[in-house]
Amino acid sequence: MGNLEIRDLNQSFPREDGSRLVVLDHLNFEVKDKEFVCILGSSGCGKTTLLRLIAGLDEAQEGSIVLDGEEIKGQNPKVGMVFQEYSLFPWRNVMDNIAFGLEMKGLIKEERYRIAQRYLELVNLSQFRESYPSELSGGMRQRVAVARALALDPVLLLMDEPFGALDAQTRNMLQKELLDIWEETKKTVIFITHSVDEAVYLSDRIIVLSPRPGRICRIFDVELDRPRDRTSVEFAKVRRTVLDLISQNCAIQ
Amino acid sequence: MKLSADGISKRWLGVIAIILAIVVWEVIAAGIVRNSFILPSPVDVFTAFQELVATGRLIPDFIDSLVHFGIGLVAALAVGIPVGIAMGWSRRFDAFMDPVIELLRPIPPLAWIPFAIIWFGLTSWSAGFVIFVGAVFPVIINTYSGFRGVPRIFVEAGKMLGCTKNFNLIRYIAFPAALPSVAAGIRIACGVGWMCLVAAELFGVSNNGLGMALWLYYNLHRMDCVVVYMILLGLAGLAFDMAFRYYIERHFLKWRTGEVA
Repeated sequence: MGNLEIRDLNQSFPREDGSRLVVLDHLNFEVKDKEFVCILGSSGCGKTTLLRLIAGLDEAQEGSIVLDGEEIKGQNPKVGMVFQEYSLFPWRNVMDNIAFGLEMKGLIKEERYRIAQRYLELVNLSQFRESYPSELSGGMRQRVAVARALALDPVLLLMDEPFGALDAQTRNMLQKELLDIWEETKKTVIFITHSVDEAVYLSDRIIVLSPRPGRICRIFDVELDRPRDRTSVEFAKVRRTVLDLISQNCAIQ
Repeated sequence: MKLSADGISKRWLGVIAIILAIVVWEVIAAGIVRNSFILPSPVDVFTAFQELVATGRLIPDFIDSLVHFGIGLVAALAVGIPVGIAMGWSRRFDAFMDPVIELLRPIPPLAWIPFAIIWFGLTSWSAGFVIFVGAVFPVIINTYSGFRGVPRIFVEAGKMLGCTKNFNLIRYIAFPAALPSVAAGIRIACGVGWMCLVAAELFGVSNNGLGMALWLYYNLHRMDCVVVYMILLGLAGLAFDMAFRYYIERHFLKWRTGEVA
């Protein structure tokens, strides 16, 4: 299962003049089990803040985050995360990076390598099992990061602009691969991006956040069949709808 | 091919420089100074070296020095690494310890010699203590800055993967991430400790020791033997450093290959 409920979430940070900068303002939404949701917004709209709250890395000021009926307080093994920056441990090779979470769980070496091998194959990097992260390209590093997060079999996978630093071709390829992995593993995915194209290509639903303070501006259902064709007329239509709406209603006020 | 030819010729340049230095030294010592008490020539030094080998004292000297150095270095690691970790990990402990360390650190290690003798007597332990004082601060400071510099993303990634206890975060995330800096600290500590060795052995903590022997031959006015010990001290320090770098980089830091350091 992987049902997520965000209830009345508020987050603000103290400013130097004593007032508070409201980052998230009464956020309410739900993500259904096995759903692929993109959170779309320009920089500074609080999307990373939101993801960090769901991950349990920060604590919300008010409101609650409930995963399968259980409130999230602190890190939770049911939630996996892929970071925007390269987060692989450079002192561990690919295999030991993927197996890290399993090692923390106390699994013996054969067992954790057996599981890690499966995820290594899932991201098509079998021939790089002994390589160190410094020997991998940016795209390969993020694939390992996906495998590492999946190895603990979380019900919810959080992705914070994971392909943001990659070139366009690699990005498109990884988006396709991510969808294949999602079809195969059927996790709930919350994916943060500022790219409308990426959001329309990937998601079942797009939640558009407006900046300062972060509020839900609009929620779209993307009803295109997969695999989606970026060059098709339907795809372009959805993109236009989203873009129009953002420029009309969700821009900085 | 050009590259390797270049490499060879560069290496030869170094060899030529050393030979040239020895020739200049010989010319000055034997041709101009002509007093082996003021400046022993390379030939004098080589003769003295053969003499010292014949006495059989070089090996015991070397072993005793290694004992002193070992005591100091092991103690410096045993104290310096935990203190550095604690200060790097906890801001409170940092705030607590920092003033004390900053007050103690500028005191030259050799200024501790009187207390070394009073506390440990004329034993190897007191020489070890002086070396410890010299070596412990680089270890603390580099361990500390290594831990301070651990990217937050690694700690958070670790937490998301179930590594949540402080002990585990230090062991599995922060320590490996800080290891290059810790290793650099140990290297500096080895250098400083080795430099303290001669003075630490000066006050007669043992019958042998490279530094001890150096002072002995000075008192005997055998400056040629003094130079032998100077060269041995230098070469031994160099050998430690090279062995350490080779070992550490082979076994612990191979993940850094390919990274732009």
